[in-house]
Amino acid sequence: MEQETTSQINKDVTEPKETLVEVTGLSKKFCKDLKTSLWYGVQDLVSGYSGNKEKRELRPKEFWAVKDISFTLKRGECLGLIGHNGAGKSTLLKILNGLINPDEGKVVMRGRVSALIELGAGFNPILSGRENIYNNGAILGFTRKEIDSKVEEIIDFAEIREFIDMPVQNYSSGMKVRLGFAVAAQMEPDVLIIDEVLAVGDLGFVLKCFKKIDTILPNTAIVFVSHSMPMVSRICNQIILLEKGVVKFQGQNVSSGIDLYYNKFSTNENSQIVFSDNSIELKKAWVDGVVPSNNIYHILWGNTIDLKFKIQNKNLSKIPYISLAIYDKEQRGIAEVLPENQDLKTIENQDEITFTFQLKNIYLSKGIYNITFTASEDFGFNVYYKTHKAISIQIEHDKQIWTPFLMDSKTIDVRWC
Amino acid sequence: MMQTRIYQKETNRNIPKLLKESLRDLNKSRFLAFQLAKRDITAQYRQSYLGILWAFAPPLATAFVWMFLNSSGTVKITDTGVPYPVYVFAGTLLWSIITASITSPIQSTNSGKGIMSKINFPKEALIMSGILKLLFNTSIKVILLFIFLFSYGVGLSWGLLLFPFAMLGAILIGNTIGLLLTPIGMLYTDVSKIIGFSMQFLMYVTPVVYSIPETGVMRTVMQYNPLTPIVVVGRNLALGIPLEYTTYFLIIFGASIPLFLLALVFYRISIPIFVERLSA
Repeated sequence: MEQETTSQINKDVTEPKETLVEVTGLSKKFCKDLKTSLWYGVQDLVSGYSGNKEKRELRPKEFWAVKDISFTLKRGECLGLIGHNGAGKSTLLKILNGLINPDEGKVVMRGRVSALIELGAGFNPILSGRENIYNNGAILGFTRKEIDSKVEEIIDFAEIREFIDMPVQNYSSGMKVRLGFAVAAQMEPDVLIIDEVLAVGDLGFVLKCFKKIDTILPNTAIVFVSHSMPMVSRICNQIILLEKGVVKFQGQNVSSGIDLYYNKFSTNENSQIVFSDNSIELKKAWVDGVVPSNNIYHILWGNTIDLKFKIQNKNLSKIPYISLAIYDKEQRGIAEVLPENQDLKTIENQDEITFTFQLKNIYLSKGIYNITFTASEDFGFNVYYKTHKAISIQIEHDKQIWTPFLMDSKTIDVRWC
Repeated sequence: MMQTRIYQKETNRNIPKLLKESLRDLNKSRFLAFQLAKRDITAQYRQSYLGILWAFAPPLATAFVWMFLNSSGTVKITDTGVPYPVYVFAGTLLWSIITASITSPIQSTNSGKGIMSKINFPKEALIMSGILKLLFNTSIKVILLFIFLFSYGVGLSWGLLLFPFAMLGAILIGNTIGLLLTPIGMLYTDVSKIIGFSMQFLMYVTPVVYSIPETGVMRTVMQYNPLTPIVVVGRNLALGIPLEYTTYFLIIFGASIPLFLLALVFYRISIPIFVERLSA
């Protein structure tokens, strides 16, 4: 919903939305072995000088780092590029930025292109922050006059006036990033390429960066690489999911792309015991009356479910206290479940018992959640056994939202007064 | 009108067009080149107490060694026509300029490797900043040469006015050689090693610390050695003695201008190739 309103605003700012980035059939190969790679480099130098028109085939030890990628991007649009480490995102960015040449296909970039791939490029650690503003600015393509006129603004934006004449080697990593971003933020690009650079820096600064990006977004085409899905969903209006250099998903439906990205992680791990003193064992965990697909229980938003846990006692004399915790796909703790009326009766060794806990009206928002199972002597005291992903559930709802809960609400009155 | 950039596998082979782009970028990146040179020079001196002493220590040391070898009679050097200390210092100074000029393009490109794989900027600025640093170091060395000239009573001559021209020649010729080797030198570190290694030996087949012998194999080698005219012309101008090898010097100087431009074009084509190989 939010994205639609922003793009409507964009329309008012620039009426003819010209295409700024055109990528067609782009491929790039890399070599796995350095010595071979260097030798291929020599061959490429020679063929480079003679035009290099032939079709590129894979030579021994080579692989496609990026294969057959096409997209176009207009002013005011933001493309999110997501995928696992090594999926080819950075390679693609390097080609877009003109740092390396493609092996197949073509890239057309119109207007001023800027890249936030490394902040503070050209900093010399011995020199002061002020001197390094000039070094970094020069590399980013500013003239001396431009830097002269912007230097005070840069220092204020970075919020490091007090330390601006101190050698940069004494800066914290966060301060360096601040200074680097403050210089880069002065650029007025038509096309902006952002790699995961905003992760460093404290919360205040990250918010500031996003405010800046929001202000330039309407007049810019942005290619955004990030592992932070909330960020991607916040600023992108189309998405490409890469896997091993190949497009797995491409389209305007950002949330389905993100779901697919998460699913790549959810299926490759089963429950993990993180702690056990061998006094009990969790034999089985399931949702009563629901058939799992791919080990995931699909549940409608708002439903009430019964969770079942079967344990076998090894050497406890009484029933352990059970608590559950719910984690989202990014392993953030979302909720605790502390079932009432637990009667910690005495039990015998080798006894098998099954707990049934009812979770009433689940108002978790759409998505996958994992349930952690903990058995202890009493609440928050002397843990016997703990396992992550004892049960995985997928909440189904038609609305995609990025907060963990969607409350049950309705309008009860609207009146003119 | 917005600038349009196209990236595809085929490299542009139109040399005049590439050269035009290269020179345009060279011109556009004057501030960047200056800033990079300034950054490296200030950083170098800020972290050092002896500072500029290090700029002329190596040629001075070589000169002292040969002055000692000569005065102690260990090595018998034929009369050079001028006080030997001035002769040998002028020689080692010019030689150090040539050596630094040859290594400069590879060194500057290597130091910019980190940025090259992250940011698209005119890479010609790296070469230019290398040349600026050379000019800076050279002018410091020349001051020392003046001190030598005065203290050994050689004095000033009109030829000194042409001396900067000879030094520019040394820098241009050295840079041309270095820049032609840069594409392959960026891929294999062997190239820098070979340069450093062979320059040590080449010094002895160039009239750096002694003059060209009257006869023999050494005379033939030295006469053909393309570095000979740079050293001889430069030194003779500085010391105010009659010029030799002027034609050879002009030929080499003249040839290195188009070669330098060609090397710039090759450099431009090669950059994406070694960025890809070294920062994948």
